[in-house]
Amino acid sequence: MTAMQERSTLMQSLFGRLSWDSIPYHEPIIVWTFVGTIVLGMAVLGWITKQRAWGMLWRDWFCSIDHKKIGVMYIVLGLIMLLRGFADAVMMRAQQAMAFGDAMGYLPPHHYDQIFTAHGVIMIFFVAMPFVTGLMNYVVPLQIGARDVAFPFLNNFSFWMTAAGAALVMTSLFIGEFAMTGWLSYPPLSGIDYSPGVGVDYYIWALQIAGVGTLLSGVNLLVTIVKMRAPGMTLMKMPVFAWTSLCTNVLIVAAFPILTAVLALLSLDRYVGTNFFTNDFGGNAMMYVNLIWIWGHPEVYILILPLFGVFSEIVSTFSGKRLFGYSSMVYATVCITILSYIVWLHHFFTMGSGASVNSFFGITTMIISIPTGAKMFNWLFTMYRGKIRFDLPMLWTMGFMLTFVGGGMTGVLLAVPPADFVLHNSLFLIAHFHHVIIGGVVFGTFAGINFWFPKVAGFKLDEFWGKVSFWCWIVGFYLAFMPLYVLGLMGVTRRMSHFSDPDLRIWFLIAAVGAFFVGLGILAFIVQLVVSIRRRHELRDESGDPWNGRTLEWSTSSPPPAYNFAFTPRVHALDAWWDMKTRGYRRPQSDFVPVHIPKNTAAGIVLAGLSVVCGFGLIWHIWWLAAAAFIALVGGAIYHSFNYDRDYHIPADEVSRVEQARTQQLAALQG
Amino acid sequence: MSTHTMQATTTADDFIVREDHHPENGTLLGFWLYLMSDCLIFAVLFAVFAVLGGNYAAGPAPKDLFELELVAVNTAMLLFSSITYGFAMLEMQRNRIRPTLLWLGVTGLFGLAFLGIELYEFHHLIHIGAGPQRSAFLSAFFTLVGTHGLHVTFGIIWLVTLMVQVGRHGLNTANRRRLNCLSLFWHFLDVIWIGVFTFVYLMGVLR
Repeated sequence: MTAMQERSTLMQSLFGRLSWDSIPYHEPIIVWTFVGTIVLGMAVLGWITKQRAWGMLWRDWFCSIDHKKIGVMYIVLGLIMLLRGFADAVMMRAQQAMAFGDAMGYLPPHHYDQIFTAHGVIMIFFVAMPFVTGLMNYVVPLQIGARDVAFPFLNNFSFWMTAAGAALVMTSLFIGEFAMTGWLSYPPLSGIDYSPGVGVDYYIWALQIAGVGTLLSGVNLLVTIVKMRAPGMTLMKMPVFAWTSLCTNVLIVAAFPILTAVLALLSLDRYVGTNFFTNDFGGNAMMYVNLIWIWGHPEVYILILPLFGVFSEIVSTFSGKRLFGYSSMVYATVCITILSYIVWLHHFFTMGSGASVNSFFGITTMIISIPTGAKMFNWLFTMYRGKIRFDLPMLWTMGFMLTFVGGGMTGVLLAVPPADFVLHNSLFLIAHFHHVIIGGVVFGTFAGINFWFPKVAGFKLDEFWGKVSFWCWIVGFYLAFMPLYVLGLMGVTRRMSHFSDPDLRIWFLIAAVGAFFVGLGILAFIVQLVVSIRRRHELRDESGDPWNGRTLEWSTSSPPPAYNFAFTPRVHALDAWWDMKTRGYRRPQSDFVPVHIPKNTAAGIVLAGLSVVCGFGLIWHIWWLAAAAFIALVGGAIYHSFNYDRDYHIPADEVSRVEQARTQQLAALQG
Repeated sequence: MSTHTMQATTTADDFIVREDHHPENGTLLGFWLYLMSDCLIFAVLFAVFAVLGGNYAAGPAPKDLFELELVAVNTAMLLFSSITYGFAMLEMQRNRIRPTLLWLGVTGLFGLAFLGIELYEFHHLIHIGAGPQRSAFLSAFFTLVGTHGLHVTFGIIWLVTLMVQVGRHGLNTANRRRLNCLSLFWHFLDVIWIGVFTFVYLMGVLR
């Protein structure tokens, strides 16, 4: 007996809460998911090995501090996590289509609860955030005529911290469990009394680690935009996408620390036994709800603002006109940035803070629709009398304009406190935020990918499969979410794994069909990628300016050279590249100089890997592992700071060779 | 756009900059932005203290716990450390390595003294049963003051690292930039502490 106890104490200190029982091998769904993931993963790893691509991947991508490659890696991370998040969505739709009356569906409640939590967390933090950060990373330096971001190493580190957070969430699928609390983990449910397992701890540490990456990339892009614009590019000559990125990164720097702090307080409640959000000893759970929404509301604008910028670039490019109301667009963006901080309470009007407080937040919320409406009119007036080309980016943009207006209007409905008392926590809310996030962020990302893909890869994306994807998404979205508005108006609440009233079922069946169409849309996008890679020679873009673009990124070759610009551009007008084209700009042919750029480094991926280990130790209470990883992390960062030899020069000959090849390419195109 | 017409005289150099285009002080701006984000973390902790600071849960109140004399000594330690950091920066401007290192060392010692007194206070409070678990007030107190202490700890680790680096590579551009960043950090912690001293200790004893 004593021997048993001693052993268990030893095991306890060695492995914390981790044991064989932590692996959910008794749940067939998870086991088969695991098998599928392993098979797929091995296939990918095997293929990379067969291509002998590991060295290239490590040197040229994982260790790269080129903002363009990091941007691409963010988008790839977002796409991979989209598949996971969408799988969660399909499982929920299937469960809700089945579980009526006596039928309990195929998911037990504790599994269903993990799925809706994981779906929300993954879609916001590991799909939408990587998408917008990736787009900003790739495009902003090119648009402002810079060679890279302000802190290139930090950029690589930020990416890997985001990936590290994603890795922890994925780990929770196979070792232990994920939170069963909903995507914002409200206490007291997320406190240690009601969630004693590891799920909430996975949630906390995944978000904390990814949050470091997000914050640092926010600081990085902010300094880049403020300090590194090409000479002549005053703030009011900056492309709209750069403007919306600037505001987004202001929001990131001013909002994410609040998330960090509030999650730290929750972890103190769980790990140390403090009483911030507990039911007794003076704790106050509503403090958590307030704080997390002070981050959470700006967060939705962090997601949508960059895409507003994407749509602005696309509308003016494909209408062949400069953007209507450029300065009103800028002011609208700044207004939204400021207003997004004084609306947070509309997420919990039902808290009971009284009529005057609720009115204040209701009114500020409604006011946001004014600058947003101004943007919508600007886009419409840009299209008015334009020579519109209906290429894929423009299709997605028009899909966005029609969809987003609807989603915005249901948002104004929810902003009315008495209406919100009825609709709070109902499927009406679910329909509303999917309406704006899919209609805005997802459509915007696809618009942006289709728009900038030729710049990144050197060839356009296939038109046919792009259209298939677009129409499947549109049809799928409306089929999946319009029924939820109806259900929400009937009073059906969110996060239910079973319903007793069979009359509701038809609406859930329609929604499930919608999810199926969205799935086809995602599949068609993958097919679009594969087909485009196969047809790359036909789809090749030699000019570097396939859409007759207006901003500086289109002045470079596709893909751009590592140093972006052999000489820093001098800007004279808004739409700098358009100005250069109309005024007969000729490329410099000689007198190239060496270009100063930073070296690649493995420090980012190593430090982020240590963070994963540290997080894993904290989640499972393996204290020695957490402590060792933390010390290694701090030590590694210090060690890295002793390296003063961080950059090198691309010799002038090399620059000259690349630029001459480009000149010949352009000459061949014209001749 | 229409005001610009095709000019035969347009040359490539109208649209490019031949000399290297180097932005100034990017790191300082970036570090300052980071500090402001850190400031928001403290803002959250102050707000939590403001809301929960009166929830004693039938436990001890600030009046019963805080010894203002000790806190005054502690405050003096941190303020002195800011002055000595300033001396270090003056020596850095004069390009004198040894005095710079000396003043940095003194700064670190004041920092350690501050931490020592804070740890003594924490130990004492926990010992008499007023630990962070006792009430929401004490949770908020320990977290706010402790987070500041944690910052000072990392500041000292950074300070030692920088002393080694200055010792090895001298006052080169990179090291001057780093010393400037740490200077911002160190003074920032001072400002935060003045907030803590006022709102937590002084006003706590009054309430």
